[in-house]
Amino acid sequence: MRDVAVVGFAQRQMPVFDGSPTCVELLVPIIAEAYEQTGFTKVDIDFWCSGSSDYLAGRAFSFVAAVDAIGPTPPVAESHLEMDAAWALYEAWLKIQTGQADTALVYGFGKSSAGVLRRTLALQLDPYTMTPLWPDTVSLAALQARLGIDAGLWDEKAMAEVVQRSLTDAEKNEYAVRSGGSSVADLLARPVYADPLRKHDCAPVTDGAAAIVLAAGDRAREASDRPAWISGITHSVDALHLGSRDLTRSPSAARAGAGVDLDEVEVAELHAPFSHQELILRTELGLGSAVQVNPSGGPLAANTMFAGGLIRIGEAARRIWDGSAGVTLGHATAGPLLQQNLVCTLEVR
Amino acid sequence: MAETLQAPITVSFDYTRSTGPVLGAFLGGLRDRVVLGGRTSDGRVVVPPPEFDPATHEQVSELVPVAAEGEVVSWTWVPEPVAAQPLDRPFAWVLVRLDGADSTFLHALDVASADDVETGMRVRVRWADERAGAITDIACFEPSHAPPVEEVAQQPSRNQGAGGEPVTGVVTPVALDYTYAASPEESAFYRALADGRVVGQRCPVCRKVYVPPRGACPVDGVPTTEEVELPDTGTVTTFCIVNVPFLGQRIQPPYVSAYVLLDGADIAFLHLIQGIPADEVRMGLRVRAVWRPREEWSTTIENISHFEPTSEPDADYATIEGHL
Repeated sequence: MRDVAVVGFAQRQMPVFDGSPTCVELLVPIIAEAYEQTGFTKVDIDFWCSGSSDYLAGRAFSFVAAVDAIGPTPPVAESHLEMDAAWALYEAWLKIQTGQADTALVYGFGKSSAGVLRRTLALQLDPYTMTPLWPDTVSLAALQARLGIDAGLWDEKAMAEVVQRSLTDAEKNEYAVRSGGSSVADLLARPVYADPLRKHDCAPVTDGAAAIVLAAGDRAREASDRPAWISGITHSVDALHLGSRDLTRSPSAARAGAGVDLDEVEVAELHAPFSHQELILRTELGLGSAVQVNPSGGPLAANTMFAGGLIRIGEAARRIWDGSAGVTLGHATAGPLLQQNLVCTLEVR
Repeated sequence: MAETLQAPITVSFDYTRSTGPVLGAFLGGLRDRVVLGGRTSDGRVVVPPPEFDPATHEQVSELVPVAAEGEVVSWTWVPEPVAAQPLDRPFAWVLVRLDGADSTFLHALDVASADDVETGMRVRVRWADERAGAITDIACFEPSHAPPVEEVAQQPSRNQGAGGEPVTGVVTPVALDYTYAASPEESAFYRALADGRVVGQRCPVCRKVYVPPRGACPVDGVPTTEEVELPDTGTVTTFCIVNVPFLGQRIQPPYVSAYVLLDGADIAFLHLIQGIPADEVRMGLRVRAVWRPREEWSTTIENISHFEPTSEPDADYATIEGHL
């Protein structure tokens, strides 16, 4: 295996992006920032990979327009996934492992405010038996939350504690679109939104984009004084049919977690778009109480679709760069109710 | 207040999907008011039936009728339904375990308020009046006061389903509403068009002029910042004669779509060529924009009705060679 590190990370997140859903205008400054961090320029990047969705943008081939942001003339080696860009990072990591690239720039973007996000996401469900009913994302999460409450696996207080910690930490994150802690009692006094979920239990609709630079071996050491080396990365998926699995669990998260060494993790950035899902993930990944979760504020503070998972890996890398942790975990999820999960462990060497 | 030009757009299309033997039997059953589950290798009855066994990956072959009533396993309340959901008034989503099934099934429950739904309550299917072999043949669930069904009468059947002929396909209409925003550069382009002007932008690095302007120069990946006003005359670089009729066509074929390189621009843009027989349009043809009457102008490329030939001689190939 080649040693590959995260050496650059830039993001922008906001409630409403006043611009086109191709997000070219957002990506140009983000990519410029990634160059500034690493000292790389366009010619130093061997492979480009992105994650986005045309359903979110409301136009065909939005990712093709977005490619303008990287300046692809003369042609560059480029790939795209209709998935969170964390999976684009996985593809880029694989590309580097094959020896066909030494460096890669991965980016993701999404303008959720262009449409009705909770409705658009019904298109990721089973197209025969679910999509025609248009079950919205928030309602599905509420059904999952109640199953866990009824089974005694968690309660509304535990969910509120996740929110309180997230929104308090988010006060230090300039890209948080929701922040400001109060108290668990105050949170529980707020009205129910999708019973048993309150609004703050659900990630806010967010527009934004993010980019990460990967580099192998000496290229990484050249780009960063303290590269965040990828010590493990893997992903796994559960069946699409919600009736075929115990919705209070996420077997794919457990399976992905078993593929990496989580024993020494000090900080975990978990991509849990709903408060109770953080509780599921902590259990499935076996993270003890000593592990600091989502010091960035996490997805409950800002959750750009198709970049939110990548941002978790970027935030986990930043904890390595700033010296606050030696081993961190970035996690990404996709699909309904934690159906698909990716874990990436990072360490200082 | 948005700086960019924005407009509502609805993207709508029908997905036509074949169903295969398992889902075809399930949906055919719904049309005939029968709910079928699939028996998986662990002995469980799963509704809707999965096409393939999650453990053995074999095709699920044993379909079992289950009751059209059961028990609520989880629920949430929808105070404001979104478009195309089963009910257009507040309702509950429920996960239901139908009598005879081991898994849960998602659908809507028609009750007046969140106070009327609870975990464990009994519900039954309300069938749609007109059924076509689709999941929407179940209109929704409604509360039931009947005791659980101990045994479902029909015998298991293979693939045919207890209800009769399987369906072979479903059509799912999708309509998504967006507020579409132009980029700041595109917004400037359309606002200028509303004044009868054509503006492009020049890349600060390679000096190329783009029209319509883009968010970034595709060569250099930097914002195109310097605005350049362009004339409405140019040269046809390449073209095609449209002979094929299609949905929404507004001009009688044959007609010509062409790339027009405006004088002073480096990138050609697509428009219509009229005022000349289609078979006489050629590369190098000099053309001028024909504008609609001023009172019809708005922020749209349609302010230019089409391009028509000028009386100038054709441009030399060398002048368009680098712009094809």
